[in-house]
Amino acid sequence: MSITADKPAPARSPRPERITFAQGMRDSLVVAKRNLLRMLRIPEVVIFGLVQPIMFVVLFSYVFGGSINIPGAGLDPDAYREFLMGGIFAQTVTFATAGASAGIAEDMQKGIIDRFRSLPMARGAVLTGRTFADLTQTAVILLVLAVVAVPVGWRVHNGLGNMLAGFGLLLLLGYAFTWIGALIGLSVRSPEAATSGGLVWLFPLTFISVAFVPSENMPGWLAPIAEWNPFSATVLGVRDLFGNLPEGYEAPDAWPMQHPQLASALFSVVIIAIFRTFAVRKYKRATG
Amino acid sequence: MPGAIYAEGLVKTFGDVRALDGVDFDVPEGSVLGLLGPNGAGKTTAVRVLTTLIEPDSGRAEVAGLDVVKHPNEVRRSIGLSGQFAAVDEYLTGRENLQMVGQLYQLSGRDAKRRAAELLERFNLQDAADRTAKTYSGGMRRRLDLAAALVVSPPVMFMDEPTTGLDPRNRQALWEVIEELVAGGTTLLLTTQYLEEADHLADTIAVVDHGRVIARGTSDQLKDQTGGDVVELVVHEREHIPLAEEVLRRLGDGDTSLVEHTRKLSVPAAGGAKLLAEVIRELDARGVEIDDIGLRRPTLDDVFLSLTGHTAEDEAAGTAGEEDGQAGTKAAGKRAATEGDK
Repeated sequence: MSITADKPAPARSPRPERITFAQGMRDSLVVAKRNLLRMLRIPEVVIFGLVQPIMFVVLFSYVFGGSINIPGAGLDPDAYREFLMGGIFAQTVTFATAGASAGIAEDMQKGIIDRFRSLPMARGAVLTGRTFADLTQTAVILLVLAVVAVPVGWRVHNGLGNMLAGFGLLLLLGYAFTWIGALIGLSVRSPEAATSGGLVWLFPLTFISVAFVPSENMPGWLAPIAEWNPFSATVLGVRDLFGNLPEGYEAPDAWPMQHPQLASALFSVVIIAIFRTFAVRKYKRATG
Repeated sequence: MPGAIYAEGLVKTFGDVRALDGVDFDVPEGSVLGLLGPNGAGKTTAVRVLTTLIEPDSGRAEVAGLDVVKHPNEVRRSIGLSGQFAAVDEYLTGRENLQMVGQLYQLSGRDAKRRAAELLERFNLQDAADRTAKTYSGGMRRRLDLAAALVVSPPVMFMDEPTTGLDPRNRQALWEVIEELVAGGTTLLLTTQYLEEADHLADTIAVVDHGRVIARGTSDQLKDQTGGDVVELVVHEREHIPLAEEVLRRLGDGDTSLVEHTRKLSVPAAGGAKLLAEVIRELDARGVEIDDIGLRRPTLDDVFLSLTGHTAEDEAAGTAGEEDGQAGTKAAGKRAATEGDK
């Protein structure tokens, strides 16, 4: 009654097929659409994503505004409000990390990941699609934040091209950070851990920087850390592009502060290259 | 020539646990193999290896003629997977779920849309098509999950405990869908803890325990292995259970089994009607009153008990089964395990 056959024939297809870049892109967009639909149906996440930066704008502008010395402008609350926005924008885009890590951790726990893994789709598309969706969400939040910042006193002084370049740098940074979030989401055991794990390290990272306080005001040992912080390059680069630096402002001597736009783009690309590689590798190995 | 699903010496360990400990089977095209066993027997691990979700430590597996380790992506084009945890996105509507899966099976946007509409109708979900899956009942989610597995009408289907946790009505409805599918020529590997389900749906059954196939054959062949018929009786008084059990153990041809709360006892009866008469006489002589007695064909419960010394439900703790909480009683002179075709 054996139902086991004799020797099986050798595999018929000689070599495994390659998934093309175009297919990977298409699969990623399908997954991105799925995640955007989810975001629309759970709008609380986007709304809370807006409350925090708006709160920071108001608190920092009016509570700290008159007490922080800006090189080139002194203790000028109006100058600080302009100065502040670059920091708030940059901090806001990094907070997309927490959304990516929580979303991916949640997916990995559910049956849906087995569905994806059993489909003939590009392996990295589940992660890439998620990061595309987070990038879209970040863009929307940035837009709303920019509109809110106008009545507080924030203006763009260097024309449309520079403004778009500034937002481009911000989105690139935000995209890089979602890949950090993706790796965190794949490394923790629960979505709850992913949310806090995606956030805690962002506070020291964004505060030990030139985002809220100029590095000139920091102790001598801390200033270089703030100036070499990859996050600072984006903040300063954006301020420069928006024309939010006081006249006569002189950037610190550190290389990223002297070439903030170049440094910002470089740091973001390096972060994407490293974290995307590790995240995709980890996803492929995950056995669920 | 190997069948549509072929496994040879599959081994997979997780830490110290050998989830698969040398599993072989061969499922001819168009037939249904039921993997039957308790929780933790290795059924799900076998499905995960065959559907390319995990790689085996050793052994070989082919699906639709393709090696699952060497050609995972081609295998994925030929299979559909439906599991006990409905793998749908609860924040997407039924339609959106099916369209997404269709596109990820590399259908064009238009084809994915058309196919989604067809499947929603076929699975009687058209009224709920544009509601999020979160609002679906358990049975509806399971149907949606199965529909997702059928988007490209794959020639080979895997269903991991498709009806676990479903109420009898939904289970019956799902059986009908599965039967229809198989009638259409699909090769199916089905795992189940429900003996009745394997009996009903599978052409051949492989009984799995601790990562090994301990018996295989058709439902009838397996039943014959346990020694044919079974004498089953219900005693009137709870106090008479030990006495009746002793009688069955002495006269019967194997392990007795007992369902405590229904006072139901049974034992294999190779002697058939002759044994039945003997049991009645003996019980009467000892003054054991009985509510019901009869001779029946063995169920797969009996098969599992005789193969492993415990019933499937014993190990399947925590899963809501409709079967009785049956407790196998190990009797002396236990039949040597009928080791299938080894």
